Amino acid sequence: MGTRDCNHICDESSPGIGEAGRTGEWRTLMPVIDDKKCTASKLNKPTCFLCWLYCPEAVITKGIPPLINLEYCKGCGICLQVCPVQAIVMIHEEKIAD
Amino acid sequence: MAIQRKANVHILDGNQAAAIAAMMSRVQVIAAYPITPQTPLTEQLSRYVEQGELQAEYVAVESEHSAMAVCTSASLVGARTFTATSSHGLAYMHEMLHWAAGARLPIVLACVNRAIGAPWNVLNDQQDSISQRDTGWIQIYCRNNQEIMDTIIQAYRIAEQVFVPVMVCYDGYILSHTEMPVDVPIQEEVDRYLPSYQPHTVLDPANPKNYNLVTLANPRVGVDGKLCHGYMELRYLLQEALQNSKEVIVKSGKEFNQLFGRDYANVFWEDRNEDAEITIVAMGSLAMEAIVAADMLREQGIKVGVLGLRVFRPFPKSEVVQALRKSKLIVVFDKNISYGSEGATCSEIKSALYGTYINAAIRNFIVGLGGRDIKARELVEATKKAIASLKETVVNPDYPEWICEI
Ligand code: SF4
Ligand code: SF4
Repeated sequence: MGTRDCNHICDESSPGIGEAGRTGEWRTLMPVIDDKKCTASKLNKPTCFLCWLYCPEAVITKGIPPLINLEYCKGCGICLQVCPVQAIVMIHEEKIAD
Repeated sequence: MAIQRKANVHILDGNQAAAIAAMMSRVQVIAAYPITPQTPLTEQLSRYVEQGELQAEYVAVESEHSAMAVCTSASLVGARTFTATSSHGLAYMHEMLHWAAGARLPIVLACVNRAIGAPWNVLNDQQDSISQRDTGWIQIYCRNNQEIMDTIIQAYRIAEQVFVPVMVCYDGYILSHTEMPVDVPIQEEVDRYLPSYQPHTVLDPANPKNYNLVTLANPRVGVDGKLCHGYMELRYLLQEALQNSKEVIVKSGKEFNQLFGRDYANVFWEDRNEDAEITIVAMGSLAMEAIVAADMLREQGIKVGVLGLRVFRPFPKSEVVQALRKSKLIVVFDKNISYGSEGATCSEIKSALYGTYINAAIRNFIVGLGGRDIKARELVEATKKAIASLKETVVNPDYPEWICEI
């Protein structure tokens, strides 16, 4: 079965989880949130959630603590850049494997 | 059988004919930037909109690139869209021409053919549209102002069936600024011929979609679990649409004849080609000059016919082969040049004949660049030169000859 059955005449997709494929495979650096520094975790109430807001893949939850879906996190590091209290660090994938 | 109808002849130049045709096609969005020799066409359209004669949005953009970007967006949300340009304007649009075809949008563009710099030249040749050959647009060339009017109306009927944009090309000044009698259809007839545009995609906030985002080479599974086209499959579909469009072009021409009494059920025009031993091939208004040249040659007892190319993309290979089957010599006049090779239509003819039993000699002449006047007499001389060259060799030369004074 070929792709004709999708009946798309030009490129078309619907927003949804994983539309761009498993973007987690692109990652070389993995973001890790330090719950001791994250204000939401520290105060146990909703705070800035800038990481949730800015993540271009929308893979961070607006929860306490904020959680990252590593299946689709592409490792861009934007969350690290926007966190006002430097609660996020990027770690080499291979170091994690060790 | 063609219907009987009263003629409604007006004296119009090519740009006026194009403007009236766009208005009668009930275009809803026009985005254009003025450029010589297209300017009067855009002025006329903006006048129609300002005076309330045409219910359309006229977007006065700051460049041709933006003009095609506006047309692309408007077409995607379901508006019948028109633009016009020439020469450097078309070159500036190049990127967005790809985009319009890739997004499969039935936009119609009038290209008023003009030379490209350097050096600056505002006069006619076909280098501008020929340079856009590979953007995925259908290209149709007009011989006179009646054809401009009729082809623009047909272009919407074609484009909206096959979802491929159509470039209607006509020679700058020779047609754009020359007045001739044009039979103007009545609006009800055009409305009958052109049903309203049904877009293939609809942008709807209640059912959000992404269109033409980054698409990788391989197919991918969409959120609904269906295997969706990769980049290659979408390119294949565009090529397939152009291949299949030939039939739609001919059918739309036939249907046009039924309503308006002018026959366009063809991909090219022929003149006395049935008994011709020599065929002159030309495209656009040059084909009319070639007919005069054929008259002169026939008076001298040389059996000459003319093939006036109308549809350049998709290129009608099998039809060309059929039309040239009796020719012993094919003389191709090109108002364009693929530098380092030959005229674009000559290459197409050669490639169409490859592998067939036709073994005619082919001679290519580059003529009329940058508005250089072409007289029928010169076409006669060139054809005679081509005939004489057969005595020396029938092998086709690698490169074309030029009619100029170098
Ligand atoms: S941006 Fe930093 S502090 Fe704010 S929620 Fe995210 S990790 Fe916590
Ligand atoms: S911002 Fe980038 S690195 Fe951080 S979670 Fe989102 S995708 Fe991963």
